[in-house]
Amino acid sequence: MASTEEIRSNLAEIVNEIAGIPVEDVQLDKSFTDDLDVDSLSMVEVVVAAEEKFSVKIPDDEVKNLKTVGDAVAFIERAQNG
Amino acid sequence: MTGTIASVQGAAHTAVLGLGSYRPRRVVPNSVILEQIDSSDEWIRTRSGIRERRWAEPDETVLMMSVEAAKQALRDSGIDPAQIGCVVVATVTHLYQTPAIATRIAVEVGAPTAAAFDISAACAGFCYGVAMASDMVRGGSAKYVLAIGVERLSDITDRTDRGTAFIFADGAGAAVVGPSDEPGIGPVVWGSDGTQHALISQKESWQEAAGSFNWPHLTMDGNPVFRWASYEMAKAAQQALDVAGVSAEDLDLFVPHQANMRITDAMRRALKLPEHVKVARDIERQGNTSAASIPLAIEAMRESGEAKSGDLALIIGFGAGLVYAGQVIRIP
Ligand SMILES: CC(C)(COP(=O)(O)OP(=O)(O)OC[C@H]1O[C@@H](n2cnc3c(N)ncnc32)[C@H](O)[C@@H]1OP(=O)(O)O)[C@@H](O)C(=O)NCCC(=O)NCCS
Repeated sequence: MASTEEIRSNLAEIVNEIAGIPVEDVQLDKSFTDDLDVDSLSMVEVVVAAEEKFSVKIPDDEVKNLKTVGDAVAFIERAQNG
Repeated sequence: MTGTIASVQGAAHTAVLGLGSYRPRRVVPNSVILEQIDSSDEWIRTRSGIRERRWAEPDETVLMMSVEAAKQALRDSGIDPAQIGCVVVATVTHLYQTPAIATRIAVEVGAPTAAAFDISAACAGFCYGVAMASDMVRGGSAKYVLAIGVERLSDITDRTDRGTAFIFADGAGAAVVGPSDEPGIGPVVWGSDGTQHALISQKESWQEAAGSFNWPHLTMDGNPVFRWASYEMAKAAQQALDVAGVSAEDLDLFVPHQANMRITDAMRRALKLPEHVKVARDIERQGNTSAASIPLAIEAMRESGEAKSGDLALIIGFGAGLVYAGQVIRIP
């Protein structure tokens, strides 16, 4: 099973590729919209890329609850274990 | 049973022989849109790439814009209009259920007896039209076909709707399709998903609207449309390359339906297009003109010198239905 840090770092690479945010800025406490400038359309792209990368399904209703990088990492961990 | 039916055979290969377009005169910058919706120039630019669009004036009718674009395409092709065997018009904004606008266009361009009909395939309309035109020429139903994409979306856009008011616009584009020594139009990759018909649609039927003061505008659930267009359409675009036997390396131009610059960028990333492939960005100045957007974008690239005769272009249209169609074409 992937560790929290592995998931965060893979997610950071996705955010970097889609929104151009430096990998080291993508930390657990960061808000996608307020801190990282990931807008609602980039978020769609991040979600699709994350679903592919981590082999999980992130329902549309769930996306609005993923405010921070930590929220997303926790969701992916739960989905992978569940 | 003694009778037999003879069959005809058309051309072995087809190509787009000429292209034309019409841009309405009136330029509408984002500042005008902001008079009616709570938004900002920056939001519109970053979420859609649109800086300005064109809205047709009263005399710039669906007929007038189509005829201008078609005459240009005919001149570009060098084909005598009397040789046109069929006129196919893709539009959702010719606001008559019948007759089709195609018959009047046929008269005005000098093909008064050609077969003529309209198709409803929303933003995929131009690619549907080119695919059908190519098959007609190969099947022997027509020697040359005029395929037109035309819209006056400003007529059906709710200017107070934050989700659509800044996106939709007007214009026309046309292509002359005919026989060719070499394949100039690749096989079409097309399809639909009617389970998602509600994502982009007319709000009410004409019957429901009758007697009320509600004009049945377009409505759209933009976020799931963005997801579908960015990912499913990148897959369809890849298939269109594959069935044409064209690699991304061999491609010169990528001209997706100009729906939203962000969709174009997401598709480009998903397709992993090499740097040398020039990407159409006409949406910045033209907005989303549905069935007209692909020929308008190609014409803009030809005018600027970005697109050259003989270039291979991947085109793909997608929209309300949901429907899509894509193919590789050689630029005339
Ligand atoms: C229309 C589109 C730009 C909307 O973007 P979006 O990110 O999906 O918008 P959402 O509805 O999720 O709203 C996101 C935020 O922007 C705000 N917003 C929506 N429309 C806005 C507007 N016109 N101006 C300013 N803010 C707006 C929302 O209120 C919301 O704010 P919040 O997060 O503070 O609540 C986008 O979905 C899109 O272009 N989709 C594809 C549509 C398309 O191309 N269709 C044609 C296909 S043929």
